[in-house]
Amino acid sequence: MNNWSWSYVGDIMPDLLAGLWITVQATIYGSLVSFALGLVWALLLRSPSRWVTWPVSIVVEFIRNTPLLVQLFFLFFVLPSWGLTFAPLTTGVIGLGLHYSTYTSEVYRAGIDGVPPGQWEAATALNLPRRRTWIAVILPQAFRRVVPALGNYVIAMFKDTPMLAGITVADMLFQANSISATTFDYLEPITVVGILFVVISYPTSLLLRALERRLVR
Amino acid sequence: MSADHTPPNDQAGPADGGPSRTETGTEAELIRFDSVTKRFGTHTVLDSLDMTVYSGKHVTLIGPSGSGKTTILRLLMTLLKPDEGTIKVGPHFLTHEEKAGKLVPAGEKHIREVRKNIGMVFQQFNLFPNMKVLRNITEAPVHVLGLDKDAAEERARELLDLVGLTEHLDKYPTQLSGGQQQRVAIARALAMRPQVLLLDEVTSALDPELVAGVLDVLRDIAHTTDITMLCVTHEMNFARDISDCVMMFDSGRVIEFGPPEQIFSEPEHERTREFLSAVL
Repeated sequence: MNNWSWSYVGDIMPDLLAGLWITVQATIYGSLVSFALGLVWALLLRSPSRWVTWPVSIVVEFIRNTPLLVQLFFLFFVLPSWGLTFAPLTTGVIGLGLHYSTYTSEVYRAGIDGVPPGQWEAATALNLPRRRTWIAVILPQAFRRVVPALGNYVIAMFKDTPMLAGITVADMLFQANSISATTFDYLEPITVVGILFVVISYPTSLLLRALERRLVR
Repeated sequence: MSADHTPPNDQAGPADGGPSRTETGTEAELIRFDSVTKRFGTHTVLDSLDMTVYSGKHVTLIGPSGSGKTTILRLLMTLLKPDEGTIKVGPHFLTHEEKAGKLVPAGEKHIREVRKNIGMVFQQFNLFPNMKVLRNITEAPVHVLGLDKDAAEERARELLDLVGLTEHLDKYPTQLSGGQQQRVAIARALAMRPQVLLLDEVTSALDPELVAGVLDVLRDIAHTTDITMLCVTHEMNFARDISDCVMMFDSGRVIEFGPPEQIFSEPEHERTREFLSAVL
């Protein structure tokens, strides 16, 4: 058994913080992809045409029901053999964004359904075009409702980023692993990684709850 | 506008198909229901209804709840589609369009064109909570009628003046009382300059002390504009005040109609007497 060494922690901190920065980047970009793509799914799934809704729902269900790590491996190891190669972080962002978009699309669906029917009726009575009704009336009200739920998925995604280590993204876990592989000392790197996750996620979730209280009045 | 300047049959009423209905020739038919049937599941809300409303008239629909009054307004606003029959607004069918001499179900473009003439105020106001009062009123004039922003805002200010809410234009709907919200909703509907204004139990969701303010605004509009009004209400005094014609509904049919003084004072139908004695 080895004992906790603060000087060792000090030595590895710069690498772990560099990893944290990659983790944060992956989360931010992945979230943005999932927000945008999820909205696209949600809107397509409302199409009156089955030729649109069927393929989309098959794709969405497929992605939602396969593990993220398998998807990441597919994007990173299989796509290049078809001539599609992306940098590890880009691949990670696409994977996270795509995977989580299947959850955010559900969030948007609920948010859109939650807009009272009277809002649609008022838009009809004013003869607003469909497009304008979505942009000016429905989506702004839906967004208000979805912010807390989207925020929860951002935190969940943040905690899923260590999977990116599996496709050579130099995130926190990847850094900790590399350090430990040379020092054979796992205690401090892995513990610090865990603590850094808590230090970021917990305040973020508190912030979200405050935001939720503000938005849902 | 008083209610007694034309005989009842020339104002509004179930279309009887006879020539006497239009013999004065001065009144333009604006809304016409022909054998309109509307069912919800197995429940028939409107049963082969014939009805005509003449331009500029104020028609009040009364009757027990579930008798189909609100359904008429919702059909006119195209929030519902009739199962059978046709509805005409002015010269155009609302539900159908004529193609190669045949009536076919109306497409979106046609419906939008006819719908331009109709405005509606809802029981629950249905203001857009994400927009300030002023933009609630200017949104449709800008994006539907193509007015520029300044012109739309000027018109909105005039309308807010009409409904007595000029000082609230910069607030969000939730910052207003129910009565104020409903007055904004009236201004919003008028901003589209509709020929027909549909009023669907507009005071039913209001606290009693706020009802008068809304009714005053509507009285003002009824007496100073030539807008045609179709009004579902339980406010019988208001109905008596503004109506040219009152139609009594029961079980999806018009069982009696006429000028308010006749309907309220000497109703012919037993069912009307029962209903009025219960609500007055």
